[in-house]
Amino acid sequence: MSNSVNEVLGSDLIFVIGSNTTEAHPIIGNKMKQAVLKGTKLIVVDPRKTELARMADLHLPLESGSDAALVNGMIHIILREGWEAKEYIAERTTGFEDIVETVARYTPDVVSEITGISEDDLYEAARLYAQTPKAGIYYTLGITEHTTGTSNVMNLANLALVTGHVGFENAGINPLRGQNNVQGACDMGALPNTYPGYQAVENEKSIKFFSDFYGVEMNPKNGLRIPEMMDAAVEGKVHAMFVMGEDPVLSDPDANHVRKAVSALDFLVVQEIFMSETAKYADVILPATCYAEKDGTFTASERRVQKVRKAVNPPGVAKLDWQIICELAQKMGAPGFDFEDAEDVFEEIRATTPSYRGMTYKRLDEENGLQWPCPTESHPGTKFLHKGVFPGGRARMIPVEFEGPAELTNEDYPILLCTGRKLGHYNVTTRYSRLLDSINPYEEAEINPEDAEKFGLGSDDLIRVTSRRGSVVTRIQITDKVKPGMMFMTFHYRETPVNELTQAAYDPITLTGEYKVSAVKIEKVEWKDEELADNVHRFERLDSLVK
Amino acid sequence: MTKTKITREELDFLRESMKPELDALLAEREDLTKKNGEYVLAGEFYEKQTRIALRNFNIIDPESLDEYIARDGYLALEKAIFDKTPAGIIDEMKAANLRGRGGAGFPAGRKWETAAREDNDVKYMICNADEGDPGAYMDRSIMEGDPHSVLEGMAIGGYAIGSNQGFIYIRAEYPRAVKMLEHAIAEAEERGLLGDNILGSDFSFHIELRLGSGAFVCGEATALMESIEGKRGMPRPKIYRTSVRGLWGKPTIVNNVETYANVPAIIRKGADWFTSIGTQDSAGTKVFALVGKVKNSGLVEVPMGTTINEIVFDIGGGLPDGHTAKAVQTGGPSGGCIPAELFDTKIDFGSLAEIGSIMGSGGMVVMDETDCMVDIARFFLEFTVDESCGKCVPCREGTKRMLEMIERITEGKAELEDLDRITSLADTISTTSLCGLGQTASTPVVSTMHYFFDEYQAHVVDKKCPALHCKELITFFIEDDCIGCTRCARECPVNCISGEVKGLHVIDQHACIKCGNCHDVCPVDCITIS
Amino acid sequence: MINITIDGRPLTLEKPINLLEAAKLVDVKIPHLCYAECLSVFAGCRLCIVEIEGRNKIETSCSVLARDGMVVHTNTERLRALRRDLLDLLISNHPKDCLTCDKVGSCELQELCYEYGVKTPSYIGAQTHFTIDDMNPIMIRDQDKCIKCGKCVRVCNEIQVTGTYDFAGRGFESTVTTAFDQPINKDICRMCGQCISMCPTGALQNKQLVGHRPWELKKVRTTCPFCGTGCNFDLNVDVKNNKVVGVTPCEDAPINGTELCVKGRFHTDFISSEERLTTPMIRKDGELQPASWEEALSYTAKRMAEIKAEHGADSITALSSARCTNEDNYVLQKFMRAVIGTNSIDHCART
Ligand SMILES: Cc1cc2nc3c(=O)[nH]c(=O)nc-3n(C[C@H](O)[C@H](O)[C@H](O)COP(=O)(O)O)c2cc1C
Ligand code: SF4
Ligand code: SF4
Ligand code: SF4
Ligand code: SF4
Ligand code: SF4
Ligand code: SF4
Ligand code: SF4
Ligand code: FES
Repeated sequence: MSNSVNEVLGSDLIFVIGSNTTEAHPIIGNKMKQAVLKGTKLIVVDPRKTELARMADLHLPLESGSDAALVNGMIHIILREGWEAKEYIAERTTGFEDIVETVARYTPDVVSEITGISEDDLYEAARLYAQTPKAGIYYTLGITEHTTGTSNVMNLANLALVTGHVGFENAGINPLRGQNNVQGACDMGALPNTYPGYQAVENEKSIKFFSDFYGVEMNPKNGLRIPEMMDAAVEGKVHAMFVMGEDPVLSDPDANHVRKAVSALDFLVVQEIFMSETAKYADVILPATCYAEKDGTFTASERRVQKVRKAVNPPGVAKLDWQIICELAQKMGAPGFDFEDAEDVFEEIRATTPSYRGMTYKRLDEENGLQWPCPTESHPGTKFLHKGVFPGGRARMIPVEFEGPAELTNEDYPILLCTGRKLGHYNVTTRYSRLLDSINPYEEAEINPEDAEKFGLGSDDLIRVTSRRGSVVTRIQITDKVKPGMMFMTFHYRETPVNELTQAAYDPITLTGEYKVSAVKIEKVEWKDEELADNVHRFERLDSLVK
Repeated sequence: MTKTKITREELDFLRESMKPELDALLAEREDLTKKNGEYVLAGEFYEKQTRIALRNFNIIDPESLDEYIARDGYLALEKAIFDKTPAGIIDEMKAANLRGRGGAGFPAGRKWETAAREDNDVKYMICNADEGDPGAYMDRSIMEGDPHSVLEGMAIGGYAIGSNQGFIYIRAEYPRAVKMLEHAIAEAEERGLLGDNILGSDFSFHIELRLGSGAFVCGEATALMESIEGKRGMPRPKIYRTSVRGLWGKPTIVNNVETYANVPAIIRKGADWFTSIGTQDSAGTKVFALVGKVKNSGLVEVPMGTTINEIVFDIGGGLPDGHTAKAVQTGGPSGGCIPAELFDTKIDFGSLAEIGSIMGSGGMVVMDETDCMVDIARFFLEFTVDESCGKCVPCREGTKRMLEMIERITEGKAELEDLDRITSLADTISTTSLCGLGQTASTPVVSTMHYFFDEYQAHVVDKKCPALHCKELITFFIEDDCIGCTRCARECPVNCISGEVKGLHVIDQHACIKCGNCHDVCPVDCITIS
Repeated sequence: MINITIDGRPLTLEKPINLLEAAKLVDVKIPHLCYAECLSVFAGCRLCIVEIEGRNKIETSCSVLARDGMVVHTNTERLRALRRDLLDLLISNHPKDCLTCDKVGSCELQELCYEYGVKTPSYIGAQTHFTIDDMNPIMIRDQDKCIKCGKCVRVCNEIQVTGTYDFAGRGFESTVTTAFDQPINKDICRMCGQCISMCPTGALQNKQLVGHRPWELKKVRTTCPFCGTGCNFDLNVDVKNNKVVGVTPCEDAPINGTELCVKGRFHTDFISSEERLTTPMIRKDGELQPASWEEALSYTAKRMAEIKAEHGADSITALSSARCTNEDNYVLQKFMRAVIGTNSIDHCART
C-alpha cells in the first residue's frame, strides 16, 4: 500500500475496486465502514453486491473483467471535463500524451456498452474521484486475478496520476495484500526475478552484491514463475520441487494441471503443518511450525514489519521452517546457514535489504513495528510513499487497452463463475480450527434467485458445477449478492475444490491465474442417500457422495 | 383570492380586506364577546384569563389561513423579515424574557442567541410537540385550534438564528393536530408564507412533521433529536449545548409549542407589552390544564403571578360541594404537591421551584381530603418507572426500588428507616440521573413527604391510611343500620357479603378485596371504612 | 491552552478533551463502566461523576469537556457515597454469581464493588430474568449479568458497523438484544467478538476462554497470520498445558487497536489441532511413512544433490510461502540461490 491502513479514516473518498474488503480484509473493511458513517463518500466497483456495495454512495456492478474499460472511461471523462491535475502531470509524470491518445476512444457510450454501467454513473464516479483531493483507491484479488491483472493495476495508477492523487496522506493507490505476508515474501525476494529488497536478478550490480555476500556466484537468469514451473514439470524440465507452506493443488487454478505437474516430478518435498492436498503427492514431508510457535516478522500490507512471537512449543518433533532449511543446507555442505535464532536471520535481512536496514528487533518491539522504507536506525519509517518524488524521479504512465476476459460464457457454459474469499476462513488453515469451521462448515455457492428459478433450485439443493476443466459438487445459497448469470464460490473447501473448475490462463506479466472468471454450467444433483444431507462431510469430496 | 405566492404588499392587502369579513362572522357568535376591540371567548370561566398563546383558539377556523391572517397572522413574520435584522429579533426576544413553556423555563431569546452565533450553513428549528404528560393537552389544543401561530413562531426563529429547516416532532396519538398542521403547512407554502423566498424575500424556511412513537421520554430534547435521527429515543449527554451541536451535529433550537405560539405576539406588540404581563421572574402568561376535584376544569391561560387560589376558586369555581381542598399537584409526573396553606403562592417559575414543585408543562390537579398523598406519590412514580428509558442506572434501577419502597408503605409493610432510605435514594436519583425524567422523578415523593410527613408516618407506624384510600390499610364494615336491601351483595365482585333479604349483612373480611363497590351503592350509607 | 486542576493536580491541555481522559493524564482514575475511548459517549452508568467548583450540579466526567480554569474533584466523600449507592442499585438486580462466574478476575463491576465496599445489595426487590443464549460457537450471552452499559451496542454499530444489537424495552425491564430477539447467528452477526471484549461484566463471554482464569494465562503479543491487514493481539497461553486457549486484543496495536475479526479472535484451536503433522515422513514403497529428521534431511539433501548434478540447478524449483515469516522466506530464497543455484523460487503472491 502506498498509504497506511488508518489513513482510510481520513479520506474523503474511498474508491474500492474488485475488493470484497469486509470479507477479505475485515478490519480494513471496518475502517472503511466507519469512515462512511462519518461522511466519507464510497464508490464500489464490483459485480457482486457486497456489504460495502450496499453502503456505497455509488455501486458500479460492472461486467466481470471490464475494469480496464471502466477506468479508461473515467479518465476520458476527467480529461474531457478538464478535471486532470495539470501541474502534477507536468511536474511528476511522463507518458501523459499516450494516455490522452488511448482513452480518446473510450467514450462514455462505448464504455457503458462494455461495462454495463450507465453513462450517468460513470460520469458521477469520475467527478467524485477527480474532484476529491483526499481520494484513495483500494483493490485486491478482484483486480489482479485476471489475465489482464497487471495492466489493471497500471491503469489504476494512471487514474490516480492523472488526477494527482498519489504521494499524499489519505490519497494513493493501495493494493490490499491477500495473504498475511505476501508483502514480506515479496520483500524477501521469494520471487524469480528479484533478490531481497526488489533488487533485480538480472542486474549486474545486484548479482555482484549477492555473489559477494553469499560467497557463491549467483545465477544471472530470472527463474521460473509458478505456472511456468508447473508447465515445465509436466514437460519434464523440472525434476524436483521444494514446497514450503503452500498447497498449489488446492489453491492454484486448474487443479488437474497442477496435479499432473506434481505427479510428474522426480522428487517433491513438502514442508507443512497439515497434510495438505499437495503433501499427499510428496516424497518427503517435513513437519513445520505455525506462527504461534515461532519468533520472526511479518510485513503487513501497509509495509509495516511486525513481530511474531513464540507462545507455545511445536507439536511432536516439528521444527522451525528456517531451521529446517538451514539444516538441509548444512547437510548439503553449504556455509552461511548457521543462524542462531530468528533475530540472527533478521540481521542478515537488514544487511541485504536496504529498505529494512534501519530496523532491529529491539526497535520493532519498542515501536510496535516499522513501515519500510526505513533505511537507518534513526529513521522513523514511512507512513505513505511517493511524497514529493517518485523513485526514479517521475512516474511513467502506460496506457492500457481493454481486452475481454479469456473465457466467455456460451450456450453450453452459460454461467460466469467468480471465486474469492469468505470472512470466516483464510485459504485452508482455518479449516483446522473447529470453531471457525463450525461457522462456515461447507461451501455455499452463491446464485441469483432468477437463475435458481431457471434451474429449478431450492435453498437446500445440491448442484454439480462443471467447467471445461472439471466439475465439483456444492451446496448453494440463493442471494441477490450476485447478478443473474453469475455465481460466486470460495476456494476454502477440499470438499468442493473450486480450482478444478478455474482456468490457468495467466496474466502475461505476473502470471496470476484467472481465478475470477470461468464459464460453467450447473445441474441439480441428489445425495446418494437422503441421510447424507444432515452431515457436513468435512474434507470428503462431495462428488463422491452424490448419485 | 387565487392561491398563489404573495408578496408583502399583497399580504397587507389581504389582511385588511379579510378583517371586516371575519369581524362580521364573529359578531354573529354568541360564545364571543369583545374585549379591547378584539373578540374573545365569553363566560365566567374566561373572564379572568388572559389569552396570548390561545388567542385564536375556538375563535377562528383552524383550517382557514385567511382567518388567521385577519387576526394579524403572519404580520410578525412580515415585520421580522422586512423591518428587522436577526439580531434585532433576538434582542426583542431577550428583552421579552419569554421562558420555555415546555418545563425547564430556559429563556428562549438566550437559546436563540447562542445558535445565531454559530457559524454554520445548516441549522435546525425544532418544535417539541410530544406532550407526554398524562392529562396535559395545552399543546394539542394550540396545534388543533391555531396551527399557524406555531408555524409563524418557528419561521421567525428560523430567520433569527439563520435556519432554513424546521421539524415539528408530534406524537402520533394526535391525529387531528397532525392533520391541522399538515393542512396549515401546505396552505402557508402555497401562499409563500413558508418555503422558498418567503413573501418574495430571500429568506426560506421549510417545516416538516416527524411523528413520535409515544414514549414520554421522547419529549426530552436530546431523546427527541435521536428519534428524529432514526435512532431509539434515548436522551444523550449534552457534551455540547443543543444550540451548538444538536440534530445531526448541527446548531439546533428546540422549543415547545406554547413557546412558539407566543413569539408572533411578542414580535408584533413588542417586548415591553409582553413584560407588562406576568412577573419580574416570568413574563407573559401560562396555559394550565386544570383537572381533578374542581368544578370547572379545562384550559386556563393566566398571567404569570396569578395565585393558585385564583385559579382553583375564581376560575375553576372551587371544589364540588362538600369537599375541601387539600393540595394541588403541578408539573405532571415530575412535579410536586402544594398544600392548601400555600394556595396564595403567585405562580411563576421561580416561586414554584421555591416551594418544591415545578411549572412543568402546566398540569394542575386539584386534590381533596379523600386523596392519600402517599398513594398520589406512588401513582406519579409508577408513571415515571414505566416511562424510564432504562439508559442510566439511578433512574432505571433507582426509581424501581423507590417505587417498591413506596408500595411497601401503602401496604403497611414499611419501617421508619425506610423513610430515610427513600430520602437518600431520592438524592442519588435526582443528583446523578442523566436527563430531566430521572432528575425530577422523585419530586412527587419528596414534596409529599415534606408537606404531608404525618400521612407517611401514619402508614408506617400506625399502619393506617388517614385518607382511607390504601386498600391494604382499610376495612369495610357494615353498620347496624343496614336495611337488608342486598344491593351490596349483588355488586360485590368476589361475593363476600352475606345476609338475608331485609336482614343485617356481613362482610367476610378475609375475602374482601377492598374494591369499594359496596360502599358506593349502599342506599343508606351504612357501610363505613376504617 | 486550557489549564485545569484535577484533585489538586494541575494540567495543561491543548484541546478540550473530556475530564475522564484528562484525569488519566495526571494518573487520576475515575471509575467508569460505560465509557470507552474508541466509542461515542453514552453516559449511562453515572459512576464517573465529578464535582466542578462553581457549578452546583454534579456531572459525569465522560461527558464534560475540559474548560480553562476548571477545578475538578473526583473523589469527595459525597461522590463516593453516590457511587456506592449506584453500585448498590446495580447489584440489587444482578445474580449473586461471582463465585462461579467466568468473568471473575476481569469483571469491572465486581472490581468496583470491591473497591467501594459494596458486598451485598441493600435494596431488595424484583429481579429481571432472561434466557441465556449460547447457540453460537463464539459467545455466551447471559443478559441477567448485563448492566446495560451499551458498549456492545456501540462497538457493533460504530466499530464493527454491523448493528446486531439494540436496546429493547423500557426502564427496569430494558435489555440489550438482537432484532426479534433471535439468538446470535451468522446472518445477523459477523462473529468478530468485539462486543465480548468490550463487555465489562460476564454478560458476554468468550466461549474459548470459559474455564480459564485470566490470572493463570500468559499473554504473548503477536501478529495475526490470516490476512494482510496485520492486526496485533495477545495469545492467551495455558503454559502448563502448552496450549493457546484464546485471543485478547491489545490496545496499542498500531493498525487495529482493539479491533479484531472472527479469524483473528477465534482461530486458536487450529494450533493444537490433532491433525497437525508431528513427524517427518518419507515415501517408501509408495506409502508415506514416519521417519527421523536425520533420515528425512539426509535423504532430501542426497536427492537434491543428485538431481542438480544430473539435470542442472534450474531443474529444481521452490514454492515459498506468503504465510511464513520473513525469516523463513529469506532463508529459503538464500538456499535456492546460494545452495541450489537457481532463481526459480516463487510464491502465491495472489492468494
Ligand atoms: C422526560 C421529559 C419529557 C419532556 N417532554 C416534553 C414535552 O412533551 N414537550 C415539551 O415541550 N418539552 C418536554 N420536555 C422539555 C424538553 O426537554 C425541552 O426542555 C423543551 O422542549 C424546550 O422547549 P422550551 O424551552 O420552549 O420549553 C421534556 C423533558 C423531559 C426531561
Ligand atoms: S434519567 Fe431515566 S429517562 Fe432519562 S436517560 Fe436516565 S433512564 Fe432514561
Ligand atoms: S369492598 Fe368490594 S370486595 Fe369488599 S365487600 Fe365491598 S364489594 Fe365486596
Ligand atoms: S347495600 Fe347497605 S343497606 Fe343494602 S344490604 Fe348492603 S349494607 Fe345493607
Ligand atoms: S458478572 Fe461480575 S459481578 Fe456479575 S457475577 Fe460475574 S463476576 Fe460477579
Ligand atoms: S460479534 Fe461482532 S458482529 Fe456480532 S454482535 Fe458482537 S460486535 Fe456485533
Ligand atoms: S451485554 Fe455487556 S456490554 Fe452489552 S450492555 Fe450488557 S453489560 Fe454492557
Ligand atoms: S484479525 Fe482479521 S483483519 Fe486482522 S489480520 Fe487477522 S484476519 Fe486480518
Ligand atoms: S462512564 Fe461516564 S457515565 Fe458511565
